[in-house]
Amino acid sequence: MTMIERPVELRSKVSVTIDGESVDVLEGDTILDACNKAGKDTPTVCYGPTVTPVNACRVCVVEVEGSRTLVPSCSRPAEEGMVVTTDSERVDANRKMVLEFLATSSDVSQSEEIMGWLGDYGADLDRYDAETTERMTDDVKVEDDLYIRAYDRCVLCYKCVEACGEDAQWTFAIAMSGRGFNNRISTEFDVTLPDSACVYCGNCVAVCPTNALQFKTEFDLRKMGDWRPEDQSVSRTVCSYCGVGCNLELHVQDNSIVKVTSPDDHSITSGNLCVKGRFGYQYVQNRSS
Amino acid sequence: MPEIAMTDAEPTAAEVAAVADAVVLQSPGQVTFDAAGETLVQEHERVVRGGQDRIFNRRHLLLPVLHAVRDAIGWISEGAANEIARVLQVPPAEVFGVASFYELFTFEDPGSPDVLHVCDDTACRIKGGVELKDELSADGRVVHGSPCLGLCEQAPAVFVQRTGQQHVSVRTATKDTVDAALDGTMTVPVAPVPQPAEALTLLRRVHDDAVQDYDGYVAAGGYEALAKAVTMAPADVVTHVGDAGLTGRGGAAFPTGFKWSAVAGEPGPRHLVVNADESEPGTFKDRVIMEHDPFSLIEAMTIGGYAMGAEQGWIYIRGEYPEATRALRSAIAEARSRNMLGPDVGGYSSQGRGFSFDIELRLGAGAYICGEETALLNSIEGYRGEPRNKPPFPTTHGLFGQPTAINNVETMVNVNQIMLLGGEAYAQQGTERSTGTKLFCLSGHVNAPGVYEVTYGATLREVIDLAGGVDGELKAILMGGAAGSFIGPDMLDVPLTIEASREAGFSLGSGVIMALNDTVDFDGFVARIAQFFRDESCGQCVPCRVGTVRQSESLLRIREKGAPIEAERAMLDDFAMVMKDSSICGLGHTASGAILSAIDMGLIGGQR
Repeated sequence: MTMIERPVELRSKVSVTIDGESVDVLEGDTILDACNKAGKDTPTVCYGPTVTPVNACRVCVVEVEGSRTLVPSCSRPAEEGMVVTTDSERVDANRKMVLEFLATSSDVSQSEEIMGWLGDYGADLDRYDAETTERMTDDVKVEDDLYIRAYDRCVLCYKCVEACGEDAQWTFAIAMSGRGFNNRISTEFDVTLPDSACVYCGNCVAVCPTNALQFKTEFDLRKMGDWRPEDQSVSRTVCSYCGVGCNLELHVQDNSIVKVTSPDDHSITSGNLCVKGRFGYQYVQNRSS
Repeated sequence: MPEIAMTDAEPTAAEVAAVADAVVLQSPGQVTFDAAGETLVQEHERVVRGGQDRIFNRRHLLLPVLHAVRDAIGWISEGAANEIARVLQVPPAEVFGVASFYELFTFEDPGSPDVLHVCDDTACRIKGGVELKDELSADGRVVHGSPCLGLCEQAPAVFVQRTGQQHVSVRTATKDTVDAALDGTMTVPVAPVPQPAEALTLLRRVHDDAVQDYDGYVAAGGYEALAKAVTMAPADVVTHVGDAGLTGRGGAAFPTGFKWSAVAGEPGPRHLVVNADESEPGTFKDRVIMEHDPFSLIEAMTIGGYAMGAEQGWIYIRGEYPEATRALRSAIAEARSRNMLGPDVGGYSSQGRGFSFDIELRLGAGAYICGEETALLNSIEGYRGEPRNKPPFPTTHGLFGQPTAINNVETMVNVNQIMLLGGEAYAQQGTERSTGTKLFCLSGHVNAPGVYEVTYGATLREVIDLAGGVDGELKAILMGGAAGSFIGPDMLDVPLTIEASREAGFSLGSGVIMALNDTVDFDGFVARIAQFFRDESCGQCVPCRVGTVRQSESLLRIREKGAPIEAERAMLDDFAMVMKDSSICGLGHTASGAILSAIDMGLIGGQR
């Protein structure tokens, strides 16, 4: 068997300053990459390692010298000599407001990360008058046995759209629809998933940061008050359906598979699976005999 | 190309015909349906939102086709959307996603061939727009409240979407004039330019009805500027525009010559896009130019095409401008038939200055955000009108990822004047940093509302006096539109230049001067501005999607619940900060300026 030769990308070094400290990254890397290298803890919601950043959430903003407004670190390429500040009052105040906006419009309680940042940045949610503050109040969509859509938890980060479309699946079953606060991720004319182009790869579920898209197993267990991540184990294995060799992570609670993921950094899957690997696990735990 | 999977909903024969006709008819110029793939779409050109491959060759026809279906049928059914998806090879979810972005497309039968959009925004609001909306509604008409329709000098205004017939706008509308317009006994729009031709430069032809035709335009001195331009090398034309000190008239005041030389220096193909999506509340100057002197815009664009080596021009006009659209459509067709658009414009190849240039007219569909230049580009390309993250800028990565100059209508038309005078002579007008003449849109409580043209440097008082002075006791002036700010009578002696206004703490923006007297309910007026931004935010980024809503809620608490202004102010300041600092585009950056200035001036919250 011959190995496929991959072109070696030659990228030059770029030096930037992050909070006074010089950091070297490669040409094409983002400010976020530089921040990570400098050990800065940068909150991100719409960024994901497997999808193209849409830079819609703006929680990763930083100050860049010479720029009038703040800059989304997840998508701005680092440039030689860039002077970046992440620990200023201005950055903190903006991140705090973005987090307040997220938490006052959507139910972010199932995102441990966002809940943590709300505390870290001192978000003050009590100052929002409950009666006059509009939230997303969509009813949960349960249309099949595989996954549910709870758009009251959606923060409109576009990651599922990207995963369904050009970043992974090329199915284009969902898109952003509407405008402004009425924006919703939707199939055409809001038809149910079984009526849409959805192929149930579940790659949208895998990238969702707030559990707005959720495995039906997890949804049901949470409803029964029986979702216990601390009691779950994760077994890594290889999907047995075809010869591609996708790696699976089986999340097991009480000796039952409750969800299936794939490592984002896996060279074959980049976190993505097909319907068989993602949902076709019942045979593993068929205990009827 | 992904496989297009769709639901079972079938289109009607009429919907199929509407889609097919639109695809054939859309592109009479250079951008033909078949050529679109080769000439306009480069594969692997990663441009928008951090990178989407532009692989859908027919996608840029999505908006024209949606318009065609809406015009023929009255709404977009699931079957029609499927037909569009099939013909254009755009996934149905994305057809829905794009169509649902625009106010002028709906997914239910409106139940009437006529849908009335009644302006209840700023200028119309103080001239009975809200009452008219209720009256027409009570009369059994299908009525929607509308943001500013760009007819502020003839408030209140109504835009009527008609199925199977030409859309119309009704000016100085009453129930009777609306009825008359729908019966077809509508009067022709009159140029709302009170100044006589002798006092006008850019607008000098607007009183002359003959210039609607090519011969009349030429007889009135038209196409002399182009003739002069082609005696120069293209680079020299750009130099003249730079020497003239021309700055963008759409609001940002960016130096046009700088933009043009950047585009001219990029490898082709290049595009010239005119932003005629005039939607800033209180702005109507571009409409007047397009309705009454359409060839002047075409001539100026042709000069721009020559100067930058851009073979394709585009005009993106807002969908609520039916009369201006018809004037431009007719003028473009005539210019083409007279060989003033096409493969050898004006036959100048015989003088060794041959060049090719044509213009596509594209209609918006009810979205203020599409006036933001990168949102406009996405809209033309058949995507949702969501602004792109910058950099990269359109001068390098514009329409279809190619170098693109985007200019406002008024800015563009100034190019004719620069050619006639020469750049340096043009720069003698006005002040050192604000050169040429400027159009101001006077509306609200002035005695003679309309577009006024003055040389930069006239004071606010002088311009208001030109418009017959203030009707009643002047309380405040909304400068620059909803994205601008309120100023008080103490600013009347500020010269209206870019630099003097900036120093005084306000912006000329798109030239809106809306005078408001002491009869105005400012709580309601300012709450409407907040509502406007809430309605018009595209919703892409969190600061603006949520911030405009929180801001609007705060204004309603002040207005309806008597909430204390100090407590709300602290919140409003935080909302303003994050929208200004962290939003993607100018909509979020400017969404709180007018509101905070109203509070500073004590106009709202019972501070009066």
